[in-house]
Amino acid sequence: MCLAVPGKIIEITPTPGSLMGKVDFGGVIREVCLEAIPEAQLGNYVIVHAGFALNILSEEEAAETLEALRALGDVEAELAADDEESR
Amino acid sequence: MKYLDEFRDSELTHNLLREIERITTRPWVIMEICGGQTHSIMQNGIDRMLPQEIELVHGPGCPVCVTSLELVDKALAIASQPNVIFCSFGDMLRVPGSGRDLFSVRASGGQIRVVYSPMDAVKIAQQNPDKQVVFFAIGFETTGPANAMSVIQAKALGLKNFSILVSQVTVPPAMHAILGSPTNRVQGFLAAGHVCSVMGYWEYPPIAEKYRIPITVTGFEPIDLLNGVYLTVKQLEAGTHEVQNGYKRVVSYEGNKPAQAILSKTFEVCDRNWRGIGLIPDSGWRLRPEFADFDAEKRFDVGSIQTQESEICIAGKVLQGITKPPQCPAFGTLCTPENPLGATMVSSEGACSAYYRYSRNEG
Repeated sequence: MCLAVPGKIIEITPTPGSLMGKVDFGGVIREVCLEAIPEAQLGNYVIVHAGFALNILSEEEAAETLEALRALGDVEAELAADDEESR
Repeated sequence: MKYLDEFRDSELTHNLLREIERITTRPWVIMEICGGQTHSIMQNGIDRMLPQEIELVHGPGCPVCVTSLELVDKALAIASQPNVIFCSFGDMLRVPGSGRDLFSVRASGGQIRVVYSPMDAVKIAQQNPDKQVVFFAIGFETTGPANAMSVIQAKALGLKNFSILVSQVTVPPAMHAILGSPTNRVQGFLAAGHVCSVMGYWEYPPIAEKYRIPITVTGFEPIDLLNGVYLTVKQLEAGTHEVQNGYKRVVSYEGNKPAQAILSKTFEVCDRNWRGIGLIPDSGWRLRPEFADFDAEKRFDVGSIQTQESEICIAGKVLQGITKPPQCPAFGTLCTPENPLGATMVSSEGACSAYYRYSRNEG
């Protein structure tokens, strides 16, 4: 139940009591509360749980993590240099 | 979406697995706290990919499973009342109370609706002014803000026919309970990524320090989970006990401040009884007095409740990582998803359900 799904903000609508909006989850569109991400802008990717946007996804951090993970592969690549160079 | 495919990249998975194998020199027991992670681990076969030395045990992070039997029985009593529309997340419907579940209440005429979001229940209340609409607000920290927003919205709208039955629990007290138990086997934790997206991970360094245990904030994709295991094993092998963030694209140290403000405006800390585990002090939230009008426990008098738990079910031990589901004599025989003895067999985050669904028949 703590699963949260990434989607893209396609509409922002202030409503009584909270900031709401619409988020596109790969074609499925849901109404989502944006109260916890007041800085949200149209087109931002957010991570949503139970109709509540928990955070804006950080592309920078995503790229950094991937780079770190790939670097692990590079350690392996060094150990198997022939393999890697033949690509 | 951007990067998502890469977090499912099989080459990266392969690299991580090889690294984990390379650094592992002896047996380690690591607990993933979140039941959503348990299911992702089984679904992706991560438990079978890891070196034999690494044992993953499954934690209590399943809100459906730990909601106390008394609250489930209260939900059943409220949902049975004629003027009530009872709204719930779908997972809760098959959870056994003392003798019946919400499905059987629905079958005998109760109005029960499954909703995606607590705020959908507020809409149902607006559309049905002549009915009392109650939402079963279960959850860990991740679901807290969504549950809180439902009463904030209901208050702003001046709704008199909306209330929530709160079963909010929190992770750090459960970690203390597990680590402080004489039967504890856990040597490292994968902390629940989405709990931390709300709360941050500033609550965890004192736990890591007190029990000298490494903790890694971990996401849900196969690569996130393997990265969580990798970072934890690396620390275990080095004898360190830091809190590390393996889910940086979603989680920051301080968490989401506006979400935390929503929580503290709406809820206050209370003791909670965890199903199968027992009372854990200061392990949950209840509505603040300012929101008392929206508290279903105050709005509905359901009389005194006599709970009766299954005598066979060992869900409590499963939830603490002491016993694995197939070690239960009832697993897959007396207890199945169609005919569950405990909540861990029905919830999409329950460990018994994961073992059953993905055919892990050996403990």
